[in-house]
Amino acid sequence: MSTAATTETKPAPPPVDTIKIKVDGREIEVPKMMPDWQGNLQPTTMLQACQLAAKEVPHYCYHPKLPIAGNCRMCLVEFGLPAMGPDRKLLLNEDGTPKITKQVLPYEPQTPRGAIACATPISPGMEIYPSSPATKQMREGILESLLINHPLDCPICDQAGECKLQEYSVEHGQATSRFVEAKVHKPKAVDLGPRILLDDERCILCTRCIRFTKDIVGDDKLGVVNRGSYNSIAAFPGTTFDNNYTLNTVDICPVGALTSKDFRFQMRVWFLKESKSLCTSCGTGCNLTVGSREDKIYRFEPRENNAVNGPWMCDAGRLNYKWVGRADRLTEVLVQDVGQASRLSHSSEKSKTGATPVLRKTTWTAALSEITEKLKKVPAGSVAIVGSARQTNEELFLLGKLAKKLGALTDSVPREGEADKLLVSADRNPNSTGARLTGLCFTEMGIHLPKIADGIKAGKIKTLIVFGEDVTKHGFGPDLLGRLDTLIVSDILPNATTRLAHYLLPGCAHAEKRGTFVNVKGRLQKFIKAVEPKGDARPEWEFLHELVHHVTGHNGFVSIEGLFNQMAHEVPAFHGLEWAKIGDTGVTVQI
Amino acid sequence: MIVKREKLNFWERLYLPALAGGLKVTATHLVNTLFKRGAVTMEYPEQKWTVPEGYRGAPYLVKDQDGATKCVSCQLCEFVCPPKAIKITPPGLAGQTADRANAEKMPLEFEINMLRCIFCGFCQEVCPEEAIFLMKDYSLTGTNRAEMIYNKEKLLELGGVHHDQIKKWEHKLDEAKEQEMFPVKD
Repeated sequence: MSTAATTETKPAPPPVDTIKIKVDGREIEVPKMMPDWQGNLQPTTMLQACQLAAKEVPHYCYHPKLPIAGNCRMCLVEFGLPAMGPDRKLLLNEDGTPKITKQVLPYEPQTPRGAIACATPISPGMEIYPSSPATKQMREGILESLLINHPLDCPICDQAGECKLQEYSVEHGQATSRFVEAKVHKPKAVDLGPRILLDDERCILCTRCIRFTKDIVGDDKLGVVNRGSYNSIAAFPGTTFDNNYTLNTVDICPVGALTSKDFRFQMRVWFLKESKSLCTSCGTGCNLTVGSREDKIYRFEPRENNAVNGPWMCDAGRLNYKWVGRADRLTEVLVQDVGQASRLSHSSEKSKTGATPVLRKTTWTAALSEITEKLKKVPAGSVAIVGSARQTNEELFLLGKLAKKLGALTDSVPREGEADKLLVSADRNPNSTGARLTGLCFTEMGIHLPKIADGIKAGKIKTLIVFGEDVTKHGFGPDLLGRLDTLIVSDILPNATTRLAHYLLPGCAHAEKRGTFVNVKGRLQKFIKAVEPKGDARPEWEFLHELVHHVTGHNGFVSIEGLFNQMAHEVPAFHGLEWAKIGDTGVTVQI
Repeated sequence: MIVKREKLNFWERLYLPALAGGLKVTATHLVNTLFKRGAVTMEYPEQKWTVPEGYRGAPYLVKDQDGATKCVSCQLCEFVCPPKAIKITPPGLAGQTADRANAEKMPLEFEINMLRCIFCGFCQEVCPEEAIFLMKDYSLTGTNRAEMIYNKEKLLELGGVHHDQIKKWEHKLDEAKEQEMFPVKD
């Protein structure tokens, strides 16, 4: 394991061929070739050149990560090329500058001929006019034609507020409609698949969804049916649009045609607070944006990170947020009164046999000091810690400190699934790499679990600390846990282990705290808090910090920034890193 | 800025002429009330003030002439409301569909906290469906705070019927029905 952590592997860029062009009269030098949607070098397009010149060209069908279709015509721009004489030499103006001929229609020399910027390569000396009156007129015309059959039902459309048709109509369109005929009506709320509803009236036929599912996912299910103004998107007859990436089409749909059944009519997008977070459903660690309002999460949306997930994420990960707001969340610090347990349960509820221990609500301060007392007294080697690879690096680091002080055996629980070829990783823990790097478990995760179980059986291990895992499912039966003197459990949702805990410490979902994960490829990424924790629940790193401070006597940091920087100092793989230096897209560490 | 204080002249310093002037105004009102106009006050609350046209009272929801809820839960009023008096619960996918065919959406719950409402009329102005109007009620009372949060049912009852001239959704449905190619389910 190397000790160096690098922010980004950047080899020295090879010299690039450049072309000089003019955008809105300003001369710029752009690379001759630029990466296309697959990352292969292709001749630079006018749209890319305009972006480099900081001139925005409106577009619907163009998407940087999809093949170019060039069907929406929204990116039409007026342009000119250097004029050439019959001898193929540049014609010059009187002042010595090259003569530019603006492109016009063949038999209508007064009318400028636009080109679609997304699919037209640039050539030396070309002049592009993205702000000229002719370009503006072209945009107006295209928008007018796109709006001919658009139902304008923005009040009931989920896309309103993040709709490109709305935005461009305001920015580039006309204020009034000249269309007096009846609009073509198409089916509304068409069930395309288990997670997608299609409103054919709103569709502008950019075919982004078709290209996405065909070229990115490889599940060619969508197509355009019917003719002319009756064109509509449909799944091929007898099939449904059902793969693990369907909801990405809702994101890339520039209008409200494809809507997510999960988010449909739930909340208007302008109310949603957006917090940069990560997906915890597998080891890929897709970047996402949490949309929340008043401490309720409404949706996850992928956040572009070309080092991890590009602009996509899978449906399973995207819909994996509902448990955060579940009503049965653990919200109280609970202590089991040892000795009194059977008596209490007997007197309070006769129907129960007295087997279920009774837990008493207490405060964080009281519970933590009681745990400290107990941990200070235990002999070395009589403690074991089962962490979770769903915990953050900071928490695992603190658990490691605790383990070191107590001479505890540590491990965490592996979680395997099936990988796919796009994003889903076989490792279903979001932070397996982090658990290994912080030293809480070994290369083969879970190898120590039987050892811990044997230790409890032999009576050697008397105290077990469990974080975020239901150990009853991993070889620690209730009878085995019953042999322990002390069982300290921290979790988010109730399970068989939390019901047996002597000390139950309510923790937080990742959307309720800050921290870092390391994905399977060694990308260290941070996430921030989106919603407040429920009830008395506290971020695990906060109370672990206090516990470590009490038990070891060493001072620590009360802020996540300080804690991370301390960890970076002590964990070899994170050397040289600082919380402030991890950008929104993370850094690569050596694994 | 410094305001220059004028020096009082002799008559002003005397004070009595100003007193007499005041008494003159009082006497004029007394004579007017007793012999000319009658009372300028009214016996509120038995007697109610008739508010002028365009007065901005409490906002209520309205139904159209067919008895359908006009609100489509677009939540623009909730967004624009300066004191955050409006709270709308959208229907969700499984929620109740709209009263009117084709409108697709209707609020599950619509609450206005009348203690917060400042009667500014932004909600009426922003509404794309003409579903909320500031009516003429100006004195709303209740015995507790919870009572002053008016729910959808109460707001619709108080708002009554607003005659819809355009009938946008119905018009769209008729248009769609005429085009046999794509029958719209209703």
